[in-house]
Amino acid sequence: MTTFEAILLTIVTASTPLLIAALGELVTERSGVLNLGVEGMMAMGAACSFAAAVTFDSTVLGVAAGMLAGALMAALFALLVLGFAANQTGSGLALTILGLGLSGLVGAPFVGARRDPVPPVDIPGLSDIPVIGRLFFEQDLFVYASITLTILVALYLVRTRSGLTLRSIGENHTSANALGLPVWRVRFWAILFGGACAGLAGAYLALVYTRFWSPGMTAGRGWIALALVVFAAWRPGWVLVGAYIFGAATVLQLHAQAAQFGVPSQLLSAVPYLATILALLLLSIRHGRAIGAPGSLGVPFVPDR
Amino acid sequence: MKADVPPSGPPLVELKGISKRYGDLLANDGIDLSIEPGEIHALLGENGAGKSTLVKILYGVIEPSAGEIRWEGRPVTIGSPVEARALGLGMVFQHFSLFDELSVAENIAVALSNEWSLSTVRSKLGEISRTYGLALDADRAVWTLSAGERQRIEIVRCLLQNPRLLILDEPTSVLTPQEAEHLFTTLDRLSAEGCSILYISHKLEEVRRLCRRATILRAGRVVATIDPRASSAREIAALMVGNEVGEVRTDAPHQVKGEILRVSKLSMPPDGLHGQALRDIDLVVRSGEVVGIAGVAGNGQSELFAALSGERLADRADAIVIAGKPSGTLGIDARRRLSAAFVPEERLGHAAAPSHRLSENTLISHAAIEVSRSGFILMNAARRVARSIVQSFDVRTPEGDPQARKLSGGNLQKFVIGREIIRKPNLIIVDQPTWGVDAGAARLIRQALVDLSREGSAVLVVSQDLDELFEVADRMAVIHQGILSPLKPIGEWTKEAVGLEMLGVAQAQGGTRAV
Repeated sequence: MTTFEAILLTIVTASTPLLIAALGELVTERSGVLNLGVEGMMAMGAACSFAAAVTFDSTVLGVAAGMLAGALMAALFALLVLGFAANQTGSGLALTILGLGLSGLVGAPFVGARRDPVPPVDIPGLSDIPVIGRLFFEQDLFVYASITLTILVALYLVRTRSGLTLRSIGENHTSANALGLPVWRVRFWAILFGGACAGLAGAYLALVYTRFWSPGMTAGRGWIALALVVFAAWRPGWVLVGAYIFGAATVLQLHAQAAQFGVPSQLLSAVPYLATILALLLLSIRHGRAIGAPGSLGVPFVPDR
Repeated sequence: MKADVPPSGPPLVELKGISKRYGDLLANDGIDLSIEPGEIHALLGENGAGKSTLVKILYGVIEPSAGEIRWEGRPVTIGSPVEARALGLGMVFQHFSLFDELSVAENIAVALSNEWSLSTVRSKLGEISRTYGLALDADRAVWTLSAGERQRIEIVRCLLQNPRLLILDEPTSVLTPQEAEHLFTTLDRLSAEGCSILYISHKLEEVRRLCRRATILRAGRVVATIDPRASSAREIAALMVGNEVGEVRTDAPHQVKGEILRVSKLSMPPDGLHGQALRDIDLVVRSGEVVGIAGVAGNGQSELFAALSGERLADRADAIVIAGKPSGTLGIDARRRLSAAFVPEERLGHAAAPSHRLSENTLISHAAIEVSRSGFILMNAARRVARSIVQSFDVRTPEGDPQARKLSGGNLQKFVIGREIIRKPNLIIVDQPTWGVDAGAARLIRQALVDLSREGSAVLVVSQDLDELFEVADRMAVIHQGILSPLKPIGEWTKEAVGLEMLGVAQAQGGTRAV
């Protein structure tokens, strides 16, 4: 394996959690709910998945625990913003703070533990193609799952009846309610889906990417996932592209640090975050407002009955 | 005056004793209403009379507090719009229930039951469009369409479900006269085919054109059921309002003198994604006259108001000249100091701060003038100003100095207009002065604007209400897609001519949109 191939492989690994979390948040936001708690749900997903995986020595159970933890956190958020029509920004920030704190508690007994690598799925024949072979056909199951998820989310939103209902509710919940569409029910499931995806992204971080757990290991990836949704103008395909750009930025700055360009390493570590800010800035300069944003995004829904 | 429609079998729908209470407010109070098969029945009433509440109850959007609904003689409960549609009800909402970013076909499919796929919607859409002459492009995004086209989507959406009863809530409020006439033709045809129609409006003329029976609501109660063709407009208006509303008097002696506002070659890029650009606007408003600007909503009225008030600045100072001073690049306060006053369209949140008291709300536009000194608020002066506005403009307030949001729409509008007029500005620019305001308040506001002009001020009124402009304006122009038609004396305009300008047909010679 050449260094170049190795870099490409790590880019895929770095991009996958961003992609999964951003897809979940995209569905939540397309239903009109802004959940700023991705970082918190991801941290809980990482901690719970790692705890379960070590305790039961099972990656499958670990992943299930991570997704469940993310979904439970999301259910709490749904209770606040749907049940009590609470402010979504405030509730989301609270969820992040809660998740980061709670994950420390859950994960404390497991600091220092390690998991074995998850074996990649080798597609015989295809994986022997030079350079792109291993890149495309010898990845772990999560990578294939994340790509499949992107396609499924895109098809769901554009092609299915239920996806149309979800988009309509996100676009204008007052109209949707007047037509009798189930605003609360659709949003509840969209929020839960977002939570499960964030939890899965967290599980991937803990079980595949680092294979250990430490407090604060999500390191702002939840926020990058949030920015990705805006960057992608709420389109799944662009989320995929964006996730890989940011994943590449994360990996390349590591290699740049190793190569010792004389640039402070702290500055290089900041590159993915600076790229996030820059992307948001460019988008807002070009369009005045975020393009593609669902019309009811972040607005609490209170019907008059 | 009682209407006589011979009953043949049970009425299609019958409402008995429908009431709806919101806290202390009784929005509907024991309403009885029946609609025969194939009948076009009007529901008449002022803004706030409870019409919208009643039809939302009928359509299952709102639960009634009391009362019974019978469908072909059987008692039914309509728990949601889905149930209403299953019964055979269709509704065209006043503020459309459409989704701007979705396509026409998607907007229709989303309201239909699951067996409708996008492709069946597309083919059926073509069929219905041809049958009823309601042209629609299935793949256009809704935000690119005119109000008339949007309404067509709502109507087609209902027709696809073969409704027995079609409810239309103030359908012509956003249409040009030509589009409205086209709608009436469609409704006549539907009625002839046996579909009942409940037609909600506050416009007498069109109700007389369409309906044989009208139920009149006032303050949540049924005051009469009449044949609108057999009653005079004056009688019906009196029933709606409770007492007779006088007409605005514009005959006071007045003299048109020098120009106060001159706008020349004002252009502005659109503000935001779906905004409208302004293109080469020329406009002069002189002392002593009321100038009106008509147009269908969204054709640049709010952009023009923002440019004139200084909420958005022009790129040249001389694009807008107020009282002889180039002001295009001046902010709002600087323009106020030139004795200009501005009343934006939205009362709550734009013209007034909802949670602030009326006295505090005087600061919004009086700050530059008299209720603050060296950055400190003169609270007593503010209260005094608020009191005198309340007295001079008959603002009915629940207590001495209430929060702005506690006032009804009409009273708050009197307050925000009064707040500007009481300063005796040389120039006042008002966007939609009587939108959603009851007839009494509307008359008072229009009279106050006319009186101000007769005392020598220049008054510019931007409005979607053509009747209003014909009542108050001395000269008028029409705005369409950011272009202003020439200003002409009001006597030289006919409603038809205004309608053509509103559609852009006069500009484009042949028209960009088929009606």
